[in-house]
Amino acid sequence: MNREDFPMLNDEIVYFDNSATSFKPQCVIEAMNEYYTKYSANAHRGDYDISLRVDQEYERVRTKVKELISAQRDEEIVFTKGTTDGLNMVVFGYMAKFLQKGDEVLISKSEHASNVLPWFVLAKKKGIVIKYIPLDADYSLNVSAIEPMITEKTKVISLAHVTNVIGDVRDVDAIGEICMKHDILFVVDAAQSIGHMKIDVQKSHIDFLAFSAHKMLGPTGVGALYGKYSLLNDMDPVIYGGGMNAFFESDYSYELKEVPWKFEAGTPNIAEVIGMGRAIDYLQEMGLDKIHEYEMHLKELAIAQLEKIPNIKVFNKKAESGIITFNIDKVFSQDAVIFLNRFKICVRSGNHCAKILKDEIGVTNTCRASFYFYNTEEEVLKLVEALKCQDKIYDNII
Amino acid sequence: MDEKLKRDIILEHYQNPYHRGLIDDDRYVRVNSRNASCVDNIDVMALIENGVIVDARFDGEACAICTSATSVMLKTLIGKTVEEAEVIIANFNNMINEQEYDGSKLAELNVYDTIYRQPNRKTCALLPFRAIKDIIDSKKN
Repeated sequence: MNREDFPMLNDEIVYFDNSATSFKPQCVIEAMNEYYTKYSANAHRGDYDISLRVDQEYERVRTKVKELISAQRDEEIVFTKGTTDGLNMVVFGYMAKFLQKGDEVLISKSEHASNVLPWFVLAKKKGIVIKYIPLDADYSLNVSAIEPMITEKTKVISLAHVTNVIGDVRDVDAIGEICMKHDILFVVDAAQSIGHMKIDVQKSHIDFLAFSAHKMLGPTGVGALYGKYSLLNDMDPVIYGGGMNAFFESDYSYELKEVPWKFEAGTPNIAEVIGMGRAIDYLQEMGLDKIHEYEMHLKELAIAQLEKIPNIKVFNKKAESGIITFNIDKVFSQDAVIFLNRFKICVRSGNHCAKILKDEIGVTNTCRASFYFYNTEEEVLKLVEALKCQDKIYDNII
Repeated sequence: MDEKLKRDIILEHYQNPYHRGLIDDDRYVRVNSRNASCVDNIDVMALIENGVIVDARFDGEACAICTSATSVMLKTLIGKTVEEAEVIIANFNNMINEQEYDGSKLAELNVYDTIYRQPNRKTCALLPFRAIKDIIDSKKN
């Protein structure tokens, strides 16, 4: 769908690495270009016309993000560098302040590094305890195992909405209910779900949610963090400087700006925030339900075809996202994707930053093909045809 | 060297690597070498006595280029003095990085003389050499 909107799409390449980053439609590129060519001033600084326009365009994106994830207030949206930045802000700005030694955080072994390592650091620094929610036989999260794990020490559940290797969609409504019932904070990494399916932070009782723009048609280096207003109010910034303070004096006294501006020190990524806003418009115009449905159609087609090919093991047949994780028997994943590159098919190999998932799936490295709405059935069949030539891999890549 | 012959040698070393499998012996120095940008992850162990690489072995998970390069490297270096090994390592590094090198020192390792055409595989070929260099350096210290 909508292939004509994407300058990167041509007949040459088949791009199946959308979980890593998506392509950008021309309108997003133009929105950023317009900032650089028509009103390229700083934000929150000037009283002249083009600077005021910057403020308007920049702040308007906050409303767009709010609507995209159904938050309550514009002030609950903090612009960040991306998901990793947002999750680190939550862990080091909020959790480091309020969690005590022995407090428990529940995550899973299929989380991305950005939802694992910050917690590890807090475990080492403050003595919090990380517990892993078990996975089911199909490597999806075992939601029914959550409640029995909860103790009076359980303070946070932090999970990806959609995991980046298995692609399983977590039932955030159910998990949010559990969190609310037990007075536990619910942190959601929405990197893989944003722009692919609907998110409603209020309905799912989500306390913090982080995402990046570049995986949902937007530019790199920008994203947003949602936090309930009262939580953001209590959260400390991780970065201090210009644009986020109300005043400071030589006697070390200072006062910070209100939420969310106290979290946006320094000149923000203005062009990128504006690009993100245009990407949100684009996605809203298309309709997220339609996008999700189409990705599932591509995935089902791919699975049905891949099942006919010998020696292909798919790890996540049932996952309800456009992510297919597979290996070819006796072929190292990197060798497989270098072979696919011969057909100009872009697929990723490796551990995909989920380095403790190997404990669960028994392999360290996999190939991952991830779809978006601009992929086609023909492209899926090209992948299938290429994989049928698997006996030629080593003749080809050496 | 004929391209097909090169490929056959690489493939043979990938499918039947030389000295794959680690052993439990305190006399060996063992290092882990991994490629942060991709996924190769190998352990190399070597026994160096009286300035000679008496034995060396490896194990790990790695792509065809990395696994085969490790295998060819071990086959080439076992029995060499540390000084000879250092000359081979330096020349191999130069070959992969498209600098001047002496192919006559590299024996079967010359099969990788066109790897530079695939820049993303250079680190795969160099990984075992980083490991053996670490072992030699640690032995010197």
